[in-house]
Amino acid sequence: MRFVVTKACGGGGRARAGSLYVGCCPTPIETPCLLLSTRKGLPTFVSPDLLASLPSPESRLLHVSPLHFLECPSPRTISNIGGLHRMLGLHECIFVAAPRDSIESLPESEGTNKLGPSFETPCGRRLVKPKEYMDMISSLKPNLWASLADEVPAWVSEKRNKTSVDRTLRWLDDCLALDLESGANTLGAIVGGSCVEERKRCATEVAMRNVSGFWIGGFGLGEGMEERPALLNAVTDGLPEKKLRQISGLTLPEEVLQGVAAGIDLFESTYIYHLTLGGFALTFPLDIVERDILHSQLSDTGSDCTKINLRATVYRKDTTPIVENCSCFTCQNHTRAYINHLLNVHEMLAQILLEIHNTHHYLAFFHSIRKAIKGGKFDLFHQRFMEGRRAYVTSAVGCS
Amino acid sequence: MALRFEVVGRFNRARAARLTLPHFVCQTPLFMPVGTQGTIKGLTNNQLEDIGCQIILGNTYHLALRPGADLIDELGGLHKLMNWKRALLTDSGGFQMVSLLHLADITEKGVTFQSPVDGKRMLLTPEESIQIQNKIGADIIMALDDVVKTTTIGPRVEEAMYRTLRWIDRCLAAHQKPAVQNLFGIVQGGLDPVLRDICLRGLVERNLPGYAIGGLSGGEDKDSFWRVVAQCTAALPEDKPRYVMGVGYPLDIVVCSALGADMYDCVYPTRTARFGTALIPEGVLKLKHKVMASDERPIDPTCSCMVCKNYTRAYIHCLVTKDAMGSQLLSYHNLSYMMRLSRDLHTSIVEGRFPQFVQGFLRAQFPKGDVPKWVCNAMEVAGIDISACCAPLTSSQN
Repeated sequence: MRFVVTKACGGGGRARAGSLYVGCCPTPIETPCLLLSTRKGLPTFVSPDLLASLPSPESRLLHVSPLHFLECPSPRTISNIGGLHRMLGLHECIFVAAPRDSIESLPESEGTNKLGPSFETPCGRRLVKPKEYMDMISSLKPNLWASLADEVPAWVSEKRNKTSVDRTLRWLDDCLALDLESGANTLGAIVGGSCVEERKRCATEVAMRNVSGFWIGGFGLGEGMEERPALLNAVTDGLPEKKLRQISGLTLPEEVLQGVAAGIDLFESTYIYHLTLGGFALTFPLDIVERDILHSQLSDTGSDCTKINLRATVYRKDTTPIVENCSCFTCQNHTRAYINHLLNVHEMLAQILLEIHNTHHYLAFFHSIRKAIKGGKFDLFHQRFMEGRRAYVTSAVGCS
Repeated sequence: MALRFEVVGRFNRARAARLTLPHFVCQTPLFMPVGTQGTIKGLTNNQLEDIGCQIILGNTYHLALRPGADLIDELGGLHKLMNWKRALLTDSGGFQMVSLLHLADITEKGVTFQSPVDGKRMLLTPEESIQIQNKIGADIIMALDDVVKTTTIGPRVEEAMYRTLRWIDRCLAAHQKPAVQNLFGIVQGGLDPVLRDICLRGLVERNLPGYAIGGLSGGEDKDSFWRVVAQCTAALPEDKPRYVMGVGYPLDIVVCSALGADMYDCVYPTRTARFGTALIPEGVLKLKHKVMASDERPIDPTCSCMVCKNYTRAYIHCLVTKDAMGSQLLSYHNLSYMMRLSRDLHTSIVEGRFPQFVQGFLRAQFPKGDVPKWVCNAMEVAGIDISACCAPLTSSQN
């Protein structure tokens, strides 16, 4: 794995563009980039043949939670098959393993103890110890993996928060000791809750270990949007420029932009999943810098211009695609009317088509972020985007 | 008539044909997946095309409820709504009504039932069924028939058969688009050969574009089942397609094809996929079974579908019945299997090796030679020698 920062924002900004080179993927992934969420390694609804229709290589970067395989197949079977890439038939995809997925594997800090972090999973509450975790990692063989973290919600006591940092550091060392690659594929986990000092401490400590990048956890667990930038900066300021930074728990576009502004490169987000389940399709404009959205017309269907809910009866006879000129499979082949019908009759195809479009659109959002960074216009992009969403920031549902 | 049916190969009663419909040129024998509500559950159009689906079925009852026949018409027909480029077939709506609804009652006027939406009394007449199907716009539409359960006995069966004949005339009169939609009649008559014969003659007289054999696949014993199919295929015209409704078990399809039928439909392959069962040459594979958790083979090593080329039974095991992706992948495989079966039937007949195909099929399903008696009887009538596949008779069986 090789990561290179290709453009750093000048003028005190921390946002940066980069390139991630991983052996199995023929072209480098450009960052900032989105990791697609998966269930047992495959997207929730988009089968691999349809995944191929999404833009490459951005749609080849997948987040996988080892905890999805707690019941089956066994680590031995997974090893026999040859690991994730073989098991899933996705030989050119890049898999980043991290236990928390914000959908089915939720950090349960009350169940966590000194032996390992606890998660709420479909199989009940499970405690994962470093040895067990590293067994899973060595059988799955992901391209990158995050070490175990004690993620706590924002309201815990100082003492509990401090303990979470101590444990996370110890588990990192435990995992590294069991790692056959000696940290070459490891993203050291960083926590610290809502305390700037603890965040700094954790970041500085993890940076001293022999890891190839960082996994930033503990966000999206109750901290407010206003306090987040300071916490993020406390982390990234303590990290070496040249190494990869991935974050979990920043889901919405506004949150992603906060992360980009702090210098994060990869984002796990469940936004697409929640939109899809709710029958929503993303429609927000992507060419924000080019056009002045303050003057863009308000939609007359009362939609918030960021997404439409295709369950609404207004779409019953709408023979237009979700977004005009969108080149995704869904918009090229199907109409709003058809998806409305599918949602009404509870057909799985609705979710498949929505996940394809939403993934396409959100990946395009990341593309426009990268474009803005490379053009030196990220701050303007950020500002314009927030202005356009100001009225909806409070009403947009926090999904993580 | 809006179709052409050309037989391109034969073996005794079995035939391979080219069926030209307004939207697609199909090869028979063929299996039609059921896309009840305007979609095959969990599969996209291009996946269906990749698999080789030629015709899919839509259920008139469901589509008339949601999104509604008028809306479909306004949007240009079901093909347009789904963006499906190949052929479609709709049933009359009668079967769902009788099987899904309480208090459905059949009178000479039509099928009266309680609307599932608001409980009002409603009536589906032959005229209305055809009108709805005209709006949906499928390549093949089905006449509203008076269908009774095969286990029914007594005068009801005869009443239903004669009514079906009276209703076909009403359907024909109501049909507004004969140039682009083919109205198939459905042969009824229960398990009674005399009634079946009357119905057959009545329908053949009407010179319809195609014929369906209905009233089967409802719990009758297999011995009665094949005999009705054999009687009907013998009496139906050579140069028109024959559709056995509700048949989806691969074994049944092979037998019916040997007896001279061309088209089949059933929810079985896709439904059984959602319950974790895969179709394989040996029969079925229950992926939910614990033993699958460590089985590193593909579902079917002889299958070249996307699922068998990429996934192990162990991985599919962990998905089935728990994750949407499991249903999708298994449906994909099962339909691939059915399309492969259809292609194999067609090609083996064309290439003059149909009996060998049948023998190979039976050997895979019955490796111990325990081919069911009904299959042996049917194959005898079909003129196909399967003695090599059957275990030698013991003296007690003689």
